[in-house]
Formats: sequence, C-alpha cells, structure tokens
Amino acid sequence: MIDLSLIPDGGVGWLDASGESADIVISTRVRLARNLEGYAFAGRARDGERLRVLAQVREAMGGIRSLDHGLLVRVDELPPEDRLLLHERHLVSRELAGLDPQRPVRSGAAVYLTRGTSVMVNEEDHLRLQSLQSGFHVADAFAVVEALDVELGERVPYAYHEEFGFLTACPTNVGTGLRASVLIHLPGLVLTKEIAKVLAGLQQVGLTYRGLYGEGSEVVGNFFQISNQTTLGRSEGELLDYLVRVVTHVIEREEEARKVLLRDAGYIIEDKLWRAYGTLRYARSLSFDEVMSYLSSVRLAVGLKLITDLSVYTLNKLLIFSQPAHLVHAEGRQLTESEANIARARFVRSMLANDMGSTR
Amino acid sequence: MVCDICKEADAVVQLTEIEGTGVRLLHLCERCAAERGVETTLAAAKPEVSNFLQSVHQQMQATQGDAARCTFCSSTFRDFRTSGRLGCAHCYEAFEKSMRDLLRRVHGNSKHLGRRYVPPSSTGLPGAGTVNELRDRLQRAIQSEQFELAADIRDRLRDFE
Repeated sequence: MIDLSLIPDGGVGWLDASGESADIVISTRVRLARNLEGYAFAGRARDGERLRVLAQVREAMGGIRSLDHGLLVRVDELPPEDRLLLHERHLVSRELAGLDPQRPVRSGAAVYLTRGTSVMVNEEDHLRLQSLQSGFHVADAFAVVEALDVELGERVPYAYHEEFGFLTACPTNVGTGLRASVLIHLPGLVLTKEIAKVLAGLQQVGLTYRGLYGEGSEVVGNFFQISNQTTLGRSEGELLDYLVRVVTHVIEREEEARKVLLRDAGYIIEDKLWRAYGTLRYARSLSFDEVMSYLSSVRLAVGLKLITDLSVYTLNKLLIFSQPAHLVHAEGRQLTESEANIARARFVRSMLANDMGSTR
Repeated sequence: MVCDICKEADAVVQLTEIEGTGVRLLHLCERCAAERGVETTLAAAKPEVSNFLQSVHQQMQATQGDAARCTFCSSTFRDFRTSGRLGCAHCYEAFEKSMRDLLRRVHGNSKHLGRRYVPPSSTGLPGAGTVNELRDRLQRAIQSEQFELAADIRDRLRDFE
C-alpha cells in the first residue's frame, strides 16, 4: 500500500482553509497542458515512447530547484486501490489513474508531487503541470505553475506552433493549455433555486462548470468547479482575469442568497442545518452521498455563523478522508459497503468531537 | 485572409454593408467586427465541451476528407473524428485547414495570444532520438497498413544505421 506520508504535506495542503473566502471557495487549481516534441501524444504513443517521455522528463526535473524534495510516483506500478486513493485526494486525474475499465492505466503514467504543485506525466498530454492552493488564489496558483513551466520548457522541447500555440491532444486545450478552476460551494444559490440561472450565465460568458472531481463528474454536496472553457485567442492574463471577475460575482450572488435565506426562512434553514449537524455527530452508519449532503449543510451553518466552534479545515478534511479508498486505507483492509458506512460514521463522529474539543 | 480594417488579424466574418445604392463586402477580424456591432463566435456563447465531438462531426466533414493521414503518427482524420483526440503534434499540420476551422468554432479564434515559446536548441538530455522516433513511426505505419510510408521510413532508418 502506498505510503502517503512520503508525499510533501500529504498532498492535502490545499485543504487547510487558509485562503480568501475559504468557507465558500475550497481551492483553486491552475494547470498547463504541454507535450514534448518528437513523440506521439500519450494516447497514441507506444509503450516504449511513453517510457522515454518519462525518462526525459525525470532527467529534466532533476535540475529544477522548486521541485527539490518532490516525490515521483509511478502510477502504472500501483495497485488499483492506491490509484483510487491518489484520485480521491485530487492528486491525479481519473484518466491518469486508469480508473475506467475501458481505459486501463498506461505504461509510463506517473505523477511528480511536491508541496502544492504536481506534474502528471503521460496523462492525455505528456505533461500536466498543476498548482493546487487553498481558497481563492488564482494569480498565486498561476505564478507557481508558470515559473515551473518556463524552467521545464528550457530543458525539454515542447510541441509548439506559431499560430495555434502549445499543441495538445484535445483541441479544446490548445493555445495556452491553461485551465484555471475554482472549487466553490454554492448551497445558498441551490436552495434559492437561483443556481440554474447562474450556471447558464457561466456558459454564455465562455466559462464552464463541473463536479467535485473535474471533467465528467457529477455535482454532489453543492460543490462546483468553475473554469475557463476556451484556451486559445486570449492571453493567460486575460483568461485568468476573466475567471476571477466572474467567480467574484458568483461569490457575491451566493452571499446575497444566504442573506435572503436567513431573512425569509430563518428557522426552517436553521432547523435543517442543525439536523444535518446532529446526524453527522451521532449517526452510526453513513453513505458517502449522505456525508456530502450533510457536510454541505454544516458548511453553510459555519459560513452563516450558526455553528461557531467548528473549523472549515475539519470540514475540508472530512470531504476527502470519508471517501471509500481513504476509509480502506485507514482501516488497512477491504470493506464491504455496510462496513464502510459504519467506519465512515465512526470517523466523522471522532473528527467532529475532536475539533469541538480543540476549539472550545 | 486578413481583416480589411486593421490589416493585421485573420478575418473570420464576412459583412455585407449597403451604402446608398452600393453594396460593399467586408472581411473582418473579431475585434473589428465587434466594433461594428457584429456578434462573432468569440462574443457568442461557446459550445459546451460535451458538444465538442458533435461540432467536430458537423463542421469538419465538409473541409477534410476522412482518409487524410498524418505521416508522423499514422492517425487518420477519421480517428480524430471518432475519438476527439489527435495522435500527435504533427496532426495539427496534417489537418491544418480543418483544425483552424474547428479551433475558431470551439475557441472563437485560432490565433494563440498567450506566452510565446522558443524550444531550446539543444537540451543536452537524451531526447526522442531520431532512430527511436523513426522506429516508432515505422511500427505505427505498419500497424495501420501504410506500406508505402513504412518503406520510406525504413529507408531513412537504414541511412542512420
């Protein structure tokens, strides 16, 4: 089983709720898609080609100081439960982890992990450089990944075209290769039924939204990832500014919706949120979907200052550590569904009790 | 074709203007079109990513034959239409006209305005390596039954070895 303690900050520094608007925006992710010249893209490449890509990237990364103390994980050599664990921790994509039965893990699939930064190798593109930060910090996240991109690009030749920019396997990423996304919690807009309008508006202005796990994932627990949809025809700065402006507006709409809820349905909302909290504190069996739904309510209660002795950091940790592969990892054995539900409820109870003890 | 107004950017919109009794046909880039109040794909709603494959299907049949093939990775245009993924960086040149049309539709523009990049002239690292690269190309050409291309690559390999 993979030793997660080897990963700098356990790969969960982004959960620490230290950023701006941390009760609404969980995290900011910025990634750049890059490919190396001279090889077919990872999906078309032969096994030997992907391994040579990995060898070339490893050698180039050896000289980059910001990657000192990083850890290279050969995802292709991990058993399925460990690949799922890395995916649940948002450190690798579903594609890199090879979680779809039709698309098993590729030879040469690897991820380079260092504090807040990661590089996926042999994902859909040869390289996915990512920065994941707590809270709403688009510019900071981009600065980190841009510096790494410049250094790496001096050591390996990227596939680049004068007109089309950085070339990628999917034409939706070509140009800047930049995707910036903000993981945001919007229960107020969902409860006031304003969310459909907001989401439709996003698409009209060239942004898009996804669920908690990115592309193709469902929206659970009122968590949305808002990101730029286009990558070509605008500079990186323009794309980022635009996202920041729109997300700032969405945060304002969410705050307004929360005020409306408290004003027009105060006791109904309060009752709903406290009931959710009571369930998490005392239930003896919880499915993951239940936890997500109740966590959403409790998070809203903390944002509204109805619950004051609970930290957002604890809620963030529950979001990640109550997932199936994390429970298996914590228990050190495979679990049936009912065993997992019992273990999850026990874990949630102890986390909440500990947090209250520490803040009182 | 460049824009009739700024003479710099690529024209993406044709605008027919009627002035008095005369008719004038203008080719405009996005910016100049926007200044004249013409909505271009940049300003209009972008297609959802989930509609992306559909737009590949609809838009590209007219501009590119399915049989067109990239000589580097041996992918055909049909492969791209099926999977939505290109086989390698050279596919962008192999299917250039179609790609430009598609990129305009998906992104509203086909011109990269982000960071410019010049690859390092020599990295001092073991790179793709011409012989390895040619061997991979040869295998792909054989697998996709491109025997003429395979023979050509084999000749080039012999020159090296």
